[in-house]
Amino acid sequence: MTLLTTVFAAIICTILWYKKAPNDDMKLNILCFMYWGASIMWLVDAIFEYAELHAAYFTPALEDMANDLYLGLSVVALGLIVWLVVLLIKDPKGVVRASFLKKK
Amino acid sequence: MACFLVPATEAVVVTVATQILIAHENKVLPKYKREENASSGSDTDVKVPFSKKLRWLSNLLWGGAFLLAFEHVWHGEVVPWFPFLTAASDPADTAVMLHEMSTVGVTMAILVTAVWAVMVLVSNAMAKRTLKPVAATK
Repeated sequence: MTLLTTVFAAIICTILWYKKAPNDDMKLNILCFMYWGASIMWLVDAIFEYAELHAAYFTPALEDMANDLYLGLSVVALGLIVWLVVLLIKDPKGVVRASFLKKK
Repeated sequence: MACFLVPATEAVVVTVATQILIAHENKVLPKYKREENASSGSDTDVKVPFSKKLRWLSNLLWGGAFLLAFEHVWHGEVVPWFPFLTAASDPADTAVMLHEMSTVGVTMAILVTAVWAVMVLVSNAMAKRTLKPVAATK
């Protein structure tokens, strides 16, 4: 479930990045790289787990699935926070800088 | 248990290599040339510098390793006190952890690097195809 949640996040971010490309003022590439990197790593984890559990891998207990979904959503939220911090620090549109320098 | 440490280590190496390469590129390419390249629409540059391609890899590795580290904190495998990895406090668990790092962790690093290699190959092929007609007209 964590893998699935991250893959969906990666796909959505890639679509949004493609829609705006080549302009990347919102630094969406950071989100894409982060979610795809995690998705690839969790895919490897899933393959190893499948090799161990076989068909049982696809029939997890409801409680485990709910916990994995909760983890997946938390991972997506954490990724968004990291992206937001990077965006505000790099400030490609100069919005943060302008708002700090504004006299009124 | 601590599989994310392998891609994280690779990320450190790649980041250092990227910084060295950027310094080298800045030394090799004269300043006026760099400014010329920057002003000629860097968004659609035909030839992507290798340092930028290396940054793709470091972003993939850092991003993935960071989110995986969070998962390990979630499961109580990483703790904020010494020795930071719960498996490191018991020799039997340490052996399992090292085995996992050498199998799952190494495979993770290899697969991420393989995906990046495909990205680089596609980028190179696209650049070659775009440069060919330009060269033919000269």
